[in-house]
Amino acid sequence: MDYYFIITTLMKIVGVVFLIILPMVSYTVYAERRVSALIQDRLGPNRVGPAGLLQPVADALKFILKEDFTPAHVNKFYYWLAPCLAMVPAIATIAVVPFGSTLFGVPMVIADINVGVLYVFAIASLGVYGIVIAGWASNSKYPFLGGVRSSSQMISYELSLGLAVIPIFILVGQLRLTEIVNYQIAHGWMIAPFIGDWLNPVKWLLAVPMLISFAVFTVAIFAETNRLPFDLPEAETELVGGYHTEYGSMKFALFFLGEYAAMITGAAIIVTLFLGGWHLPVPWWGAEGFQWLLINGDAPGWRGVLGGLFNIATFFAKVAVLLIVFIWVRWTLPRFRYDQLMRLGWVFFFEIALVNIFVAALIIAYLPL
Amino acid sequence: MPALLFWIFAAAMLVFGAAVIINRNPVASALSLVISFLGLAALFMSLDAYFIGIIQVLVYGGAVMVLFLFIIMLLDLRAEKARRINMVAFAGGIAVALALFVQIYLVVSQLRGANATAPALADPAADDVRGVGLLLFESYNLPFQIIAVLVLVVTIGVIVLSKRELR
Repeated sequence: MDYYFIITTLMKIVGVVFLIILPMVSYTVYAERRVSALIQDRLGPNRVGPAGLLQPVADALKFILKEDFTPAHVNKFYYWLAPCLAMVPAIATIAVVPFGSTLFGVPMVIADINVGVLYVFAIASLGVYGIVIAGWASNSKYPFLGGVRSSSQMISYELSLGLAVIPIFILVGQLRLTEIVNYQIAHGWMIAPFIGDWLNPVKWLLAVPMLISFAVFTVAIFAETNRLPFDLPEAETELVGGYHTEYGSMKFALFFLGEYAAMITGAAIIVTLFLGGWHLPVPWWGAEGFQWLLINGDAPGWRGVLGGLFNIATFFAKVAVLLIVFIWVRWTLPRFRYDQLMRLGWVFFFEIALVNIFVAALIIAYLPL
Repeated sequence: MPALLFWIFAAAMLVFGAAVIINRNPVASALSLVISFLGLAALFMSLDAYFIGIIQVLVYGGAVMVLFLFIIMLLDLRAEKARRINMVAFAGGIAVALALFVQIYLVVSQLRGANATAPALADPAADDVRGVGLLLFESYNLPFQIIAVLVLVVTIGVIVLSKRELR
């Protein structure tokens, strides 16, 4: 048995989940409150610690110390099961995402499997159970409506999500996410191919369907994570609180944080597929003239370690920028009506993604790359 | 370790498979079926068949069973919970299942190579997604296209039937 492999994998799992994702979740909540305050010309939480930075700690304490109340009319077992089912898929998805190059020679991806993005879709599609079961087990009309809405919304947008990434796989010929990142290192990011023979017009022509894919995929991620403008499952003006109306204290917090964790993994997938993953080229004027310098963990000694850490920081910095965009959109756009949401998914994005596949395939087949 | 994992997932699959028919609550049955599917997917993956395993989760676990659960919840089947067990039907069901099991056992035990262990994969890192794709589109393209047309016809049929009821 390969103890080295098991120990490094365990360290990666613990490191990513407890040292990066969970703190990031709580500080995304903080960022959401501060950015929304900025947009609405308020102050937001700024009392606890310097600039309110200890607010997430105070919130966590509050959630844990609250009375854990279970209403009498609910279906007990499923009522308790649902919050766990909402949290676990969101975190399990991160397993296949390469979040860095190498650190001490260990590749910074937890499970480098050849079905890569299919695994992401499969686990994400299990996330709907948490919401459906929460809605059903609450034995109350508003949560039930929220659960039903959510499942139809997620099933509808999974189609656009799946179709939007097909042009990438036609181009790369692989589903493995590390291969997609390697391809982007060699040929430039999917939506901005500035590396390699960047004067080739066909590469920039191909970036057009990639940009469309990127847009469709991002919008579908908004719908999958129930973010405004698509947060119909918990539209408070119609459904009180939606599927988590009957939940309180830590069980509510699991739904709440699960949504943010899903947002972070969604952003991580977008970064990996379209924005070059952990890759950040550095412009360099050396002896051979201008070139893009690749920083990774392959260099010997401390330079390799620094490079590996730099790649991890780059990846999560890109994720953080996308998260700010998510928050920005939430506090800028009004909510869609439910029939508009379904129409948009089935009549608009589905067709765009389908035509986009043909356009990308034609470019790849008939023009020299 | 993989042997231990095999027994865990196989046991989970069988236990939850039995729970599908033992549970009186339809929602519990549906969720047991989901866990059974997940166990099956894990078994596929332990055989290095990642593609089939993940499709098992994606199609059956994530799509088909969500729709099942959806329908069950909308129908609100309380009658099923209250119904008493018909002993004759119960015994008959066991007898049919046993007969089927004996038949399968006899057929499989006659198969050549059923007892032999299959040789290990020549290249465990082989890209099974590419393999399945090439096989489907090169060797079995016509049957694949026919199935696609069949699925399309079924989809249109379902829409026509359900729309007629609305009118």
